[in-house]
Amino acid sequence: MKPPKFEYHAPRTVDEALALLGRYGGDAKVLAGGQSLMPLLNFRLARPAALVDLNRIPSLAFIEESGGRVRLGAMTRQRTIEFSPVVAQRLPLLKEATRWVGHLPIRTRGTIGGSIAHADPSAEYPAVLTALEGEVVARGAKGERVIKAADLFQTYLTTTLTPDEILTEVRLPAMAAGAGYALEEFSRRHGDFAIIGIAAVVVRDGQRCKTARLATAGAGPVPVRLRAAEEILERDGLGEAAIEAAARKATELVDPDSDIHASADYRRHLTGVLTKRALVRAIGVARG
Amino acid sequence: MSEGRWIGKPVKRVEDARLLTGRGTYIDDHPPVANVCHAAIVRSPHAHAKILGYDTAAASAMDGVAGVITGADVARHTKPFSVGVTAPVHYYCAATDRVRFVGEPVAVVVARNRYLAEDAAEHVQVGYEPLAVVLDPERALESDAPVLHEAVGSNLAGHRRLVYGDPDRAFREADVVLDERFSFPKYGSTPIETYGVIAKWDPLDGVCTVWSNFMGPFIMHPLTARVLGLPENKLRFIVPPDIGGSFGIKSSIYPYIALIALAAMRLGVPVKWIEDRREHLLASSSGTDRVAYREVAATKDGTILGMRFRWLDNVGGYIRSPEPGCSFRPTGNFVGPYRFQNLEVDASVVMTNKSLTGPNRGYACGHLYFETEGMMDRLADKLGLDPVDVRRRNLVQPDQFPYRTPTGGLYDSGDYPAALDRALELARYDELRREQAKARAAGRYFGIGLALAVDPSVSNMGYVATALDPQFRAKPEYLPKSGAVDAATIKIDPLGRVIAILGTTPQGQGHQTVVSQIVADELGLVPQDVTVVDEMDTFTRVWSISSGTYSSRFGSVGTSAVALAARKLKAKLVAYAAHLTDVPAESLEFRDGAVRPRSGKGPAYSVKDLAGRAHWNTESLPEGMEPALQATAVFGFTVAKAVDAQDRVNSSNTYGFIAEVMAVEVDRDTAAIKILRYVTVHDAGTIINPMIAEGQIYGGALHGLGGALYEELQYDDNGQLLTGTFMDYLVPTASEAPTIDIAHIVSPSPLTPLGSKGLGESSSMTVPAVIANAVSDALAPLGIRINDLPMTPTKLWTIMERARANDASRVVSGAEPKSGDRSRVAPGAAQESGDRSRVASGAEPKSGDRSRVAPISGHPRSKPASRTPLQ
Amino acid sequence: MADMMTVRLKVNGVAHEGRCEPRKLLVDFIREDLGLTGTHVGCEHGICGACTIIVNGESARSCIMLAVQADGAELMTVEGLMQDGKLHPLQEAFREHHGLQCGFCTPGMLMTALDFLRTNPSPSDREIREGISAVLCRCTGYQGIVNAVRAAAATLRGGR
Repeated sequence: MKPPKFEYHAPRTVDEALALLGRYGGDAKVLAGGQSLMPLLNFRLARPAALVDLNRIPSLAFIEESGGRVRLGAMTRQRTIEFSPVVAQRLPLLKEATRWVGHLPIRTRGTIGGSIAHADPSAEYPAVLTALEGEVVARGAKGERVIKAADLFQTYLTTTLTPDEILTEVRLPAMAAGAGYALEEFSRRHGDFAIIGIAAVVVRDGQRCKTARLATAGAGPVPVRLRAAEEILERDGLGEAAIEAAARKATELVDPDSDIHASADYRRHLTGVLTKRALVRAIGVARG
Repeated sequence: MSEGRWIGKPVKRVEDARLLTGRGTYIDDHPPVANVCHAAIVRSPHAHAKILGYDTAAASAMDGVAGVITGADVARHTKPFSVGVTAPVHYYCAATDRVRFVGEPVAVVVARNRYLAEDAAEHVQVGYEPLAVVLDPERALESDAPVLHEAVGSNLAGHRRLVYGDPDRAFREADVVLDERFSFPKYGSTPIETYGVIAKWDPLDGVCTVWSNFMGPFIMHPLTARVLGLPENKLRFIVPPDIGGSFGIKSSIYPYIALIALAAMRLGVPVKWIEDRREHLLASSSGTDRVAYREVAATKDGTILGMRFRWLDNVGGYIRSPEPGCSFRPTGNFVGPYRFQNLEVDASVVMTNKSLTGPNRGYACGHLYFETEGMMDRLADKLGLDPVDVRRRNLVQPDQFPYRTPTGGLYDSGDYPAALDRALELARYDELRREQAKARAAGRYFGIGLALAVDPSVSNMGYVATALDPQFRAKPEYLPKSGAVDAATIKIDPLGRVIAILGTTPQGQGHQTVVSQIVADELGLVPQDVTVVDEMDTFTRVWSISSGTYSSRFGSVGTSAVALAARKLKAKLVAYAAHLTDVPAESLEFRDGAVRPRSGKGPAYSVKDLAGRAHWNTESLPEGMEPALQATAVFGFTVAKAVDAQDRVNSSNTYGFIAEVMAVEVDRDTAAIKILRYVTVHDAGTIINPMIAEGQIYGGALHGLGGALYEELQYDDNGQLLTGTFMDYLVPTASEAPTIDIAHIVSPSPLTPLGSKGLGESSSMTVPAVIANAVSDALAPLGIRINDLPMTPTKLWTIMERARANDASRVVSGAEPKSGDRSRVAPGAAQESGDRSRVASGAEPKSGDRSRVAPISGHPRSKPASRTPLQ
Repeated sequence: MADMMTVRLKVNGVAHEGRCEPRKLLVDFIREDLGLTGTHVGCEHGICGACTIIVNGESARSCIMLAVQADGAELMTVEGLMQDGKLHPLQEAFREHHGLQCGFCTPGMLMTALDFLRTNPSPSDREIREGISAVLCRCTGYQGIVNAVRAAAATLRGGR
């Protein structure tokens, strides 16, 4: 299990990196944290002509808060996010989700940009990006564009980023003060990708629900925003019946696949179970 | 039994210092020979195909490549391995005519380093004509199934019907007869260190030296010598000081020893091969998957009159020795801890297009007790008895030891009821039942399971012949087989310190520590005074065909050899001291580290004193006494006898006991299983180091739990492995591992000098049973019983959903009808449980499954080659 | 080879320099080029954790890093854990609590535990289990390791 031959570049700037990508015309792979790409290389399932390693581009690692949103550089490590006071305060859902990402020695290397661009639908960060209605910044030879979460994920491991683009930044709106949140996940072992994960955010006003946000991990080829379930809560409030109805609705909104770890039916069922659990917990911690 | 200053104490391990500081020496750390080249093995992408030809020209011409050998070389220059059955299965160290499972070796590329070898391996062209695939052992025996070995004519590698007592009569006279179908999954133990082999050929001496992390030599040394056409004294096996775990799995490395040795011999360079994880999961070894049909006959009070076992053991594409141990290794303890005398065993050993099998921790006992203990619970349920009472009624009693089982086993010692009582007490069984009643009333799925097992240690290699017909064994040219032997040498240096030399191959069991304890006690030293060398080298160590570290041998046979060698030396010291003091030897004794007068009066001679004199002044030795202070003892069990004409065999030599209780709760919504309490009580005779013993129990239990809940080598319909990575083959982590309440009962073995028995396989053989019984008990309100492992959440939920959806009055999921009418019981139960297993597999992947994309290993994250630039 | 690259790094405080192909895995570089065989290879796809080392102060799996990525880095391997001829409290605790059997996962387990206790000096048992879930062990059933990490945490806190 040794990687095939490739050329290796470690540019210092995004511009250099973009130039390299352009030079290889789609045959190069961008290397971020490497926690998914390196195994694929070792299995020889990925065979790029070259690797363009972003790990030596300092400008890609930052966490900044301004104007009601938090910007995270694509190369911000998951571990940095886990311990970031800004994230803890403004994006507690992201912090909670980070604890579910792999294990400690994975999170020291793994990055938020890498996780999102890899677009594994059972990963936690794509679900959080979807639930929080975040967006990513992509830079290419032709400049920069902003892609909303809803427009990013196409199917398994596939996004709308083009081969000559680099995801440089993740932007998430700061969560409302007092917002309730939870990430519920069911996996067969600790640290595994989710069989099903549900990210939930609830902004409450007494028993009324100002906004609800729900997104899945593992329930299909892309993270699924459970808008119709959110609407039930926003309409009917946060009572038991509304939660039950939202959870039931959630199962109708997903179209999961079967694999060796779980059947489609079981995944659909878990979507409902975990939606309910996530909502109960989110409502429990919500203030207002 | 031996109680000493050091035996019985949790002495810290001498091995740890080097292993904790990165100074261990494992096979991949080994630079035993200069200019070693590295091998990559080309493997079959097909589960079943005819090999049409090879083209190695491109690979051979590549940068750094020393050469390529293929199945054609294997066919030309080696013989097939002997197999444990009479069917003409030609098993070579690589495929020669056909490939019969995905991952089967077809060629070996040798290059300057592993990277280059893997590059070149991609350019070895092998032509294949794919053939139809069969994976299920029952399907494989149907008349229209694809046949793997034309010379055999069917996929049945072997079949035996063993009859003990009068089972037909037992079933005729029974008040109640129950039957059930079980299936047990294919899983391994995936030691974190994979296989490794380094081979060097010296054409002038004609000696082939092989370093490997093998657990033998065992019978595989002679088998391999024959394959390579070498006399046994020209094939040298050396095992490095440290092996990174095995659990039985590394006993199956020997075909690779032959293959890499052949590469070294043909290519004229030393060759090193370190198996990678993909190779390990694809093609190392695992236990068998088994379909079992069980019947039990009992009286109304729960006394078992007899049992019938019908097994189909799936050994994969070939039958690799010591298989069919999967069926016969537990022959002597087929009846477990129960007294019944009538048993019929119908064992079919079936070949399919899966990877090959072999010993895996608990070798076949996990299967055996999963079935037997499942039947005990069904019987209890049927008769309205507590599962404890049914078991207690049938246990072998303490006054029956040594107990001869109807199948030839000789249980050396034990107190099974006491161990069961201890387990119930530790588990607070009655309290658990009360908790259960409350939990059930609240609609929770709370269950309590029991499992009892006789824990066999030190295989008698004679069991293997049970696979052969008695008529075959009766032929004059047939050579009977028996034995369980190990050796140890102890040397005392002139300053009275000791070196003990073993031929064992520990894989984490702490032999150096344990031996230092034994020798220290025997010779009145402290363990630090004893240096233990435990490296196998077939040229320099004393060994015999059964030698090696497998089947929990060391705690029983290895320690016995050590104790006997020490005692020989003590006798010599006494004789020497008697000569020096001119008194009769009978008037002296060895006590507290010195030779002393039995009377207590007169001078004592310390070991150091005697050793100095004996080494420095041989003139002081009595006439006829061999100079130097060393002794070698070879210990062999005299109860290890060849299988008799009635198929009875004492298949192991010492027999411990395990009693377990587990409480679980099954989540109503997710079907996740939570272990609430887990108690295990072991009787392994004298415990030499309780810390090490406990470590074995913890490890064994987690292996059992892995097989019961997480680990399975799964294949798709084409025979492609779906669990070819550690992302899909789920090894339990610390978060999944339970805490365990452990207790010991001590019934010393009368057969070993120290009273010890083996313990290494321990709870690996009981956990599948105890957790299946606990989950069945939890789901009893739904009428569910667990017949299939692993109990994955998706399978369990599917069954639960089906049960909940059904009318509560309907019998579901293999629960037998309530009436005692056996004509209804038999087909009904079998049908239902068979049906259930189909439901479970129906939950398995369809064609859209993500994990099937990768050509061989099924890497899970490999869906479409990602076009996204950043990952 | 034309595409060989130079790697300069420090391991356990000692400067090393080597040349290798860009595809060479860091763990292979450490074992083969630097001769530090204490770090083990168990799966080569970042799951088993046997190859875990400390890279610039944080634990990382060296089988899914390239050697060239470690150019300029400071690494610590199991060989660097012992200081002044004394076992590290983690090593002591593993020995005391039977936290190892075959020893193959042990280097990765130690490096992971070291980093874990740095971020969480007073962990609960559940947190310890989560922390060491990063490394697969097939011998111990993990209980001895959990006990060892708990004990080492106390020692490192100066609690005992």
